[in-house]
Amino acid sequence: MSTLSERILGAPAGAYVDHEVDIAFAHDGTGILTREALREMGVDRLPHPGRLRLIFDHIVPANTGTTATLQAELRGYARASGIDLSDAGGGICHQVMSEGVVRPGMVVVGADSHTCTLGALGAFATGVGATDMAAIWASGATWFRVPETIAVNLTGRLDGPAEAKDVALAYVAKLGMEGATYRALEFVGDGAPGISMDGRLTLCNMAVETGAKAGMFYADAVAVRHLAEHGVAASPQAVEESRYEQEIEIDLAGIVPLVAVPHRVDTVREAEEVAGTEIDQVFVGTCTNGRYEDLARFARIVRGKQVAVRTLVVPASRAVLLRAIATGVLADIVGAGCMVAPPGCGPCLGAHEGVMGEGEVCLSTANRNFRNRMGVGAEIYLSSVATAAASALAGVIAVPEAV
Amino acid sequence: MQGVGPAVCLGNDIDTDLIIAGRYLRTKDRSVWAEHVFEDLDPALAGRLSGAIIVAGRNMGCGSSREQAVVALREAGVVGVVAESFARIFFRNAVNVGLPVIEASVACTDGVRVAFDLDAGWVEVDGERYPARPLSAKMVAILRAGGLVPYWRSSR
Repeated sequence: MSTLSERILGAPAGAYVDHEVDIAFAHDGTGILTREALREMGVDRLPHPGRLRLIFDHIVPANTGTTATLQAELRGYARASGIDLSDAGGGICHQVMSEGVVRPGMVVVGADSHTCTLGALGAFATGVGATDMAAIWASGATWFRVPETIAVNLTGRLDGPAEAKDVALAYVAKLGMEGATYRALEFVGDGAPGISMDGRLTLCNMAVETGAKAGMFYADAVAVRHLAEHGVAASPQAVEESRYEQEIEIDLAGIVPLVAVPHRVDTVREAEEVAGTEIDQVFVGTCTNGRYEDLARFARIVRGKQVAVRTLVVPASRAVLLRAIATGVLADIVGAGCMVAPPGCGPCLGAHEGVMGEGEVCLSTANRNFRNRMGVGAEIYLSSVATAAASALAGVIAVPEAV
Repeated sequence: MQGVGPAVCLGNDIDTDLIIAGRYLRTKDRSVWAEHVFEDLDPALAGRLSGAIIVAGRNMGCGSSREQAVVALREAGVVGVVAESFARIFFRNAVNVGLPVIEASVACTDGVRVAFDLDAGWVEVDGERYPARPLSAKMVAILRAGGLVPYWRSSR
């Protein structure tokens, strides 16, 4: 009768538990504060370096001397403390952690709000702040309040041009930006097994946009196969009849291309309704939609054509980039006139590499369209990869065709 | 644990990008965050925060986990943050840096006197007293110590 969160944390919803963590990671943005907090705490030895990871992804390669110096300091710290470092170019923390590090049933904390992405592998994964992370690195454990769970019941199959991102925008719209605060989302139902691993990562990624602490899938044959591809042996998780606090229904067959309009993630329209909106930049990438399946889908649509607006594609990891090179997907993307930047977060957080100007409009496959996030006075629309590809070719927001 | 100060009223869904923009994160100099706090929301706000209590609506601090947001508020001299509801990472971060957070549903007018007592579980706005949702014992202990770093040092 337990939910996945209750099973993994070993206590009923509402209980406060102290729990060991299996993986605890920070990135170049939050890691520096974690390092500072450890210094202030007087901690000079980390008891479980094997569980810790540092991933440089937010501003890579460094954009200024200050950034480079901070990264150099963190690099030196990782070396001295025995922490595994994925340096600039390795990819986005959540993607790197999904490529054979995180396994079903693990308790994972990351100093980044989108750590919930990793629930796609049947782990309990949640974001914490940098000082919390310092205490976790110093002790190997932390406290959690076991969340109540909202079931997102997926039925049927995706059809036409709709993809997992459209499903994500649909449930965010349904729940609202705080509809799941302090809750976990479990993606269940007869439609769940048909969602690809990349699609599951997209769905779990956006859980935090509803305020959720975690977003989770049961690890099944799809997850086991994904892990095997990354050299990890895992077993599927037995599905239990669970007691949910709330259930919402999503009929996959009824999902059409959707767009979140400025400046709220939960203000979602059918792409049809905003078609023709002028855009200045298309951005494909991030921990939401920078995976291989996304790049391949994008390439399929733009292959042999030319984009009509500046378009930036950022693979989520080196593994994704290498695969896109090997299969010719990258050549299709570059051939269509797109820019490709090294694996990382790109301009999602408005710090570098594609920041928008005053009054400019970006159609992005990311997860946040907050006011001014990608540049002061700029507007952000969020969409699927297929919608982004169709729009890049049209030069305005366009509805994709089935591929 | 108590605090008092004039109200600075904010709306719903104030995200951490609005509290401190991504372009100011790459530093260890905390005064930078205090200087640029709320710059993209209202540049005039920063000058009103010292000694003040922020009174926000629902989902305060949603979005990015950046701890620079709560540090910026603390460094700017904010005494506490009252909100109808908080995003969970912001809430936990605030406690960890020693910034009192009070979950209560209150009416707000800029500049009126706000007082809170975390132990007694109330917040007072312009003379009107409202119940505040109690914090866990551990959170109160961390706040009382001035944040997770001093709490850690004193408990070793």
